[in-house]
Amino acid sequence: MTDAAKSQSGTRKRSLFEQLELDTRLLGMIGAFIVLALVFNVFTDGRFLTPRNIFNLTIQTVSVAIMATGMVFVIVTRHIDLSVGSLLATCSALMAMTQTMVAPEWLGLGLNHPLTAPLAILVGIVCGAAIGAFHGMLIGYLAIPAFIVTLGGLLVWRNVAWYLTSGQTIGPLDENFLLFGGIGGTLGETWSWIVGIVAVAFSLFALWQARRNKLAHDFPVKPLWAEVLVALIITAMILGFIALLNAYEIPTARLERMFEARGETMPEGHSAGYGIPYSVLLLAVVAIVMTVTARKTRLGRYIFATGGNPDAAELSGINTRMLTVKVFAIMGVLCALAALVASARLTFHSNDIGTLDELRVIAAAVIGGTALSGGIGTIYGAILGALIMQSLQSGMAMVGVDAPLQNIVVGSVLVLAVLVDIFYRKRTGAE
Amino acid sequence: MMSTESTAIDRSGTPLVEMRNITKTFGGVRAVDDVSINLYPGEVVGLLGHNGAGKSTLIKILSGAYRADSGEILVDGQKADIGSPRDARNYNIETIYQTLALADNLDAASNLFLGRELTNRMGIVDDATMEAETRKIMSRLNPNFRKFAAPVKSLSGGQRQSVAISRAVYFNARILIMDEPTAALGVQETEMVSELIQELKKQGLGIFLIDHDIHQVMRMCDRASVMKNGELVGTVNVADVTEDDLLGMIILGKNPGKAA
Ligand SMILES: Nc1ncnc2c1ncn2[C@@H]1O[C@H](COP(=O)(O)OP(=O)(O)OP(=O)(O)O)[C@@H](O)[C@H]1O
Ligand SMILES: [Mg+2]
Repeated sequence: MTDAAKSQSGTRKRSLFEQLELDTRLLGMIGAFIVLALVFNVFTDGRFLTPRNIFNLTIQTVSVAIMATGMVFVIVTRHIDLSVGSLLATCSALMAMTQTMVAPEWLGLGLNHPLTAPLAILVGIVCGAAIGAFHGMLIGYLAIPAFIVTLGGLLVWRNVAWYLTSGQTIGPLDENFLLFGGIGGTLGETWSWIVGIVAVAFSLFALWQARRNKLAHDFPVKPLWAEVLVALIITAMILGFIALLNAYEIPTARLERMFEARGETMPEGHSAGYGIPYSVLLLAVVAIVMTVTARKTRLGRYIFATGGNPDAAELSGINTRMLTVKVFAIMGVLCALAALVASARLTFHSNDIGTLDELRVIAAAVIGGTALSGGIGTIYGAILGALIMQSLQSGMAMVGVDAPLQNIVVGSVLVLAVLVDIFYRKRTGAE
Repeated sequence: MMSTESTAIDRSGTPLVEMRNITKTFGGVRAVDDVSINLYPGEVVGLLGHNGAGKSTLIKILSGAYRADSGEILVDGQKADIGSPRDARNYNIETIYQTLALADNLDAASNLFLGRELTNRMGIVDDATMEAETRKIMSRLNPNFRKFAAPVKSLSGGQRQSVAISRAVYFNARILIMDEPTAALGVQETEMVSELIQELKKQGLGIFLIDHDIHQVMRMCDRASVMKNGELVGTVNVADVTEDDLLGMIILGKNPGKAA
């Protein structure tokens, strides 16, 4: 091939990407994730890419991923939160005590009352929001650096949790609460498909709406075929994910017990998949709410503006101090939701719940493309970052890599990811 | 040059804005020391002085970025309490800052509407309408501007400046503060800004213009207030003085005795 022909095909390739208007950084991350998954799959003789393992990977990621979406806002506004793991522990302790002590004994609701789980979750969320807002006030109004406030918080809240529980493990937790633990609470095949189809419908509607909006204002739009291709990719990804979760079948023995519990006998040869875990549904809701907040609300606009140029934000009439309080309060609420998932997954509150989560959460946000210099970051990036971190960890455990070596690799990957990111931003000039 | 227009300013009524005996210190530095200036409708008042004379500090007090240690501000003859940029905006005071004050990571439309986003009933920001409005005003101020989707970081100095100018002009200002608005602009864009100033002036806006270019000030302003070391040297009718008079005020702090 001649040089001319080469460069021509080169430009055609680039224009294809341009026409699709895809986020190349996102594609890079997905690419890295796929390579990682394939490598682990080879080394585990095909055990890594099974519905069972993917299901487990997903539910293991949820808690950190939920917090990582909040960490994006924190880091975008040029702050940091080192206290999320400890805050998770305090929320978890309070929620556990609500379930084992407050609701059944003080309120006389007894065990597994339908109001217990909502009450416990409410307590957790209020407590998380209050502690987060308190951090935000110290940072925003008293100008103590976030690093210091949350470093203090790391010690304080870990040990507040200890005091509250006298260092004891608290369980068993409420039946309904445990539904958020992952495998213990799933939608089943039919409802999973329904959720998937609704999600596809919403995505397509959003795409169509965006295009119509652009056309109404005479803005340039992607060619129709590009739009359709993007729509197809999204549809395939959503439905593919549902199919995978549905493909993980509930063990026959367990199914039989479920039928017995309902007073029926299981038909011969019956099988059923788990479908979407409630915890993953919760993560999806968090992701959507946080993404809409980031992109389509004033709050989100102010978060990014403040991260890009705090002085400009202030001069534009934005109350950046109050904004800091809000950002940390959101982080606190997300810690409470993460505590819900984490303690439900364990089926009890333990003293060391959430230990080192602050590092995982920050790493997830940073691997996901959140710039520590502020102003840049995406919610989906952080979630993908959390998934990559978890895959790395689980994959190495499955391959049988020594525990110390696992951590050495994870640490190195974090640094490497940031380095790659710096090169990427230099090249694209996006910074 | 502009003498015909400058004599047309009616200064018999109440000024649009009046800053009285304003003082502001930073640590030990008296950045602004007992300065009084005013501005009438349809008037352009130049603010002159060396680097560090206190010009930006003075106008930042008017725009709500700083609070004065002492002194008062009157808008339409009424005492105005301006404690934040939002307060200033409520008095229809708009500012183009020397530093432009843009969020580099956001696009032109997001910057233009920063703090005043258009939203629908559900509180969702209406990016499409904001971009359409931005395109409209840009087609007037800088017809060559095309980079509506890019973060303003990737714009040239002049393009960034036109974003900052459009932001100040878009929201129906009555009092416009321009801190070196043409510092990064080419000849053609500078000409565009001076035309814009004349147009806004005709609409009855009052404009404070900070500029180091004496020619520019002589050409565009009706009056000029000169500062030195935080103090006001004096305010003169531009039509009554020469460039040398102004230079004398700036460099030597010497009032030519033709106070306005
Ligand atoms: N935020 C601040 N903190 C401390 N000192 C300041 C601050 N802002 C301004 N100053 C000081 O106040 C004085 C006046 O500064 P100002 O920015 O008002 O000058 P200026 O006339 O606008 O100068 P230039 O022509 O260079 O823009 C200077 O001595 C400056 O160092
Ligand atoms: Mg200045």
